[in-house]
Amino acid sequence: MSEKNVHIKVNHVTRVEGHGNIVVDINNGSIEKCEWQVPEAPRFFEAMVVGRHYSEVARITSRICGICSIGHTIASVKATEDALGIEVSKQTKLLRRITKLGETFDSHILHIYFLIAPDLLNVQSVFPLVETHKEVVTRALRLKKLGSQWAGLISGRSTHPTKIIPGGLSALPKESDLAQLKKSILESLPDVEETAKLLLDLVPNLPEFNRETEYVGLVDDYEYGFYDGKIGSILPNGDRDSIELNEYKSVANEWVSPLSTAKYTKHKMESYMVGALARININFEMLHPKAKEMAMKLNFTLPCYNPYFNSVAQFIECVHSAYTTVDYIDQLLESGIKQENLVLPTKFGKGVGAADVPRGILFHEYIYDKEGFCTMGNCIIPTNQNHANIQLDMEKLVPEMLKDDLTEKQMELKLEMLVRSYDPCISCSTHYLKVKFKK
Amino acid sequence: MAKVKCAWFDFASCEGCQVELTNLGSTFLALLEHVELVEFREVMSEKTTGKIDIAFIEGSLTRETDEKRLMEIRERSNIVVAYGSCSVTGGINALKNHLEEDEFKKLVYAKDKDMRHLDSRMAKPISSVIKVDYDIPGCPISRDEFLRIVYQLVHQSEKIYTPSYPVCVECKLRETICRYEANDHCMGMVSLAGCGAPCPADGIPCEACRGLVRDSNQKSLEKVLINKGNLSERWAKDKSRMFTANFREEK
Repeated sequence: MSEKNVHIKVNHVTRVEGHGNIVVDINNGSIEKCEWQVPEAPRFFEAMVVGRHYSEVARITSRICGICSIGHTIASVKATEDALGIEVSKQTKLLRRITKLGETFDSHILHIYFLIAPDLLNVQSVFPLVETHKEVVTRALRLKKLGSQWAGLISGRSTHPTKIIPGGLSALPKESDLAQLKKSILESLPDVEETAKLLLDLVPNLPEFNRETEYVGLVDDYEYGFYDGKIGSILPNGDRDSIELNEYKSVANEWVSPLSTAKYTKHKMESYMVGALARININFEMLHPKAKEMAMKLNFTLPCYNPYFNSVAQFIECVHSAYTTVDYIDQLLESGIKQENLVLPTKFGKGVGAADVPRGILFHEYIYDKEGFCTMGNCIIPTNQNHANIQLDMEKLVPEMLKDDLTEKQMELKLEMLVRSYDPCISCSTHYLKVKFKK
Repeated sequence: MAKVKCAWFDFASCEGCQVELTNLGSTFLALLEHVELVEFREVMSEKTTGKIDIAFIEGSLTRETDEKRLMEIRERSNIVVAYGSCSVTGGINALKNHLEEDEFKKLVYAKDKDMRHLDSRMAKPISSVIKVDYDIPGCPISRDEFLRIVYQLVHQSEKIYTPSYPVCVECKLRETICRYEANDHCMGMVSLAGCGAPCPADGIPCEACRGLVRDSNQKSLEKVLINKGNLSERWAKDKSRMFTANFREEK
C-alpha cells in the first residue's frame, strides 16, 4: 500500500436534494477520517403539526420534500385515516396508486437524467449536453414533464398535491383525462426504449463495488410494494421478515450521530438500505412482466449488492410504473369513475401510515385528540434510513480505493457518485424522530 | 445580446420550487437561449464565485451561518429574487416560530436537543437580512408567474407586476364555487393572489401560502372562519399560522 496523503472535503455535494458533506483524511496511507456528514438545517416538522387539524396535517408534512411530496402526502393521509378509523374506497386506492406510480416515474427520471447521467458522460451537469447531446436533454425534459403531469393529474399537482385528503380525493379526474394519460404514457414508450439504450451504454461505467447489507421495503399482496403493505426485509442469507406497520419503530431503531442533523437507523445488521434497489431485491417477483423483461435486457441480476446500481433498479421501476398505470387506467375506464363522498372519521386516536416513496420506505405516525387536532407527529424518512448504510459503504470503499491506488480526484468522484446513487433527499431527512408531545 | 447569468441558491426548504423548473419541458430549453445557469447545486456541479446577474434564492433563514452566506450572495448579485414562499415570508418553516426554541427542539430531538449542530432559531424571510429586489411567492411557485417575471427581468421591463388583490378575485374569474358554499372554510379573502387560485378549484381551502394581502384584518378573518366556516375558536385563531406565522405578533 502507498504512503499516500489524501484530503477530501466535499462541502454540500452537488446534484442531490439537500446538503451533505464527504470528508476523508488519509495520512501516510492510514485512514484517519472517513465521514458522511449531514449539516442540513433542521426544520422541525413534527413540532409544526402539533395543534393542527387533521385536514391540514398532510398539507404541512407534504412540504418536507419537494420531490416526493406526493409520497409524503399519501403516507401522511394514510396515517391520519388509520388514526381516524377511515377506510377509503377501492376506487380511491386505485387512483392514489396511479399517482404514486407517476411520482415514482417522475422522481426516477429526474435522478437518472439530471443527477446520475452527467457523471457517466463526464460532464458537470445535464446542461452542457444541450450542445453535444441535445436529443438526450430534450428526451429527459419530455419524460420529466410527462412524469409531472402523470403525478399531478389525479392529485392536483406533482409538487405539494392538493386533492389527496383524508377520506378520499377532494375532486375526481374525468375519464377522458385518464384516457389521455394512458395515451401519453403509451406515446412515451419509444423514449423509454431510448433511455434503456442509453443505460446499456452507461452501465459499464458504474463502479464495481459490492457490500452485503439488509434491504427493507413495503411488501404487498396486491402489487409491487409502493402504496400499501407490511414492512418487508431480506438479509444476505436470504432470510425474509414481514413486520406489521405499527411495529415500525422496531425496524427503524434510531440514534443521534454528532455527524448529522438527521438520525441514523439500524435493524438486524449494522445498517440497512431502502429505495429502488432494496425494493427490487425484495419484490422482484411482483414486477410487471415488461419490467422483468427490461431487467433481463439490462443484465440486472439478483441479489444485487452494488449501491451504484440503484439507478438501474429505478429505471426498471419506471417501466413497471408505466405498464402498471396503463393496466390500472383500463380497469378504471371499464368500471367507470363513480362520484363518491369523502369517508368521515369514526374515531380519533393513534395511526400509522407508510408508503414506499422513490427513495424508500417512509413512515408517518400521528395521535389526534377528540376534536381532531394533532397531539403527536413522527415521520421517518427514507434517506435517514440510508445514512448509516452510506457511511458503512464509504468505510469499505475508501480502503478498496486506496488499495487500487486511485488519485484523490478519482476517489472524490467515486464517493460523490456513491452518495448520488442513493438519490438522497437530505432536506427531508432532517426531521426524523421519536416524538412525544408532553402536555 | 449576452445571456443573463442566473444562479439558484437554497436555505431551509424542500427545494420543490427548484424542482418545478425541471417540469417546464421544452420551455426550459427556450429559457436557456436567454439565460445562462452559472450555479444550481441541486442539478449542477458547476459553481461560480463571480458576478451574478440574477440570484434566485429558495428557503428561509434559520441559523446564524445562513446570514453570512446570504450576504455574500447579495454582494455579488445584481438582482436578488426571493424564490418561493419560504424565502419570501418564511413559509411553512415559520410555523414553528410561535413555539419557544427549547420547546420545538425538545419535540423533535428529545434528550439530544442541546447538541450544538441542531442549532435552529426562528425561520425568517431573506428580506430580514438583505435587500430583496423581487418576490416570487407560492408554495410551490407558479411556473407561469416565474416565466413572466424572468421574461420581464431579461427584457429589463420598467415595472415587474405582481398582483396585490386577494385570491377571491381569481376564483371569481375562473368561476370556482366558493368554499363557503361547499360547507368548507377558506382564507382566500385575505390571501395574496397570483397563483390562479388552484386550491379552491381542486376542492380544498386557500391557506395563504403566498402570504397575506396588505392590511388584511385578522380579527375579521377569525370571525368569518367561526361564523361562516364553522371552525372552533382555537382553530380560527391558529388558521393563518399555516404559511404566514411571521405576520403574527410574537408572544
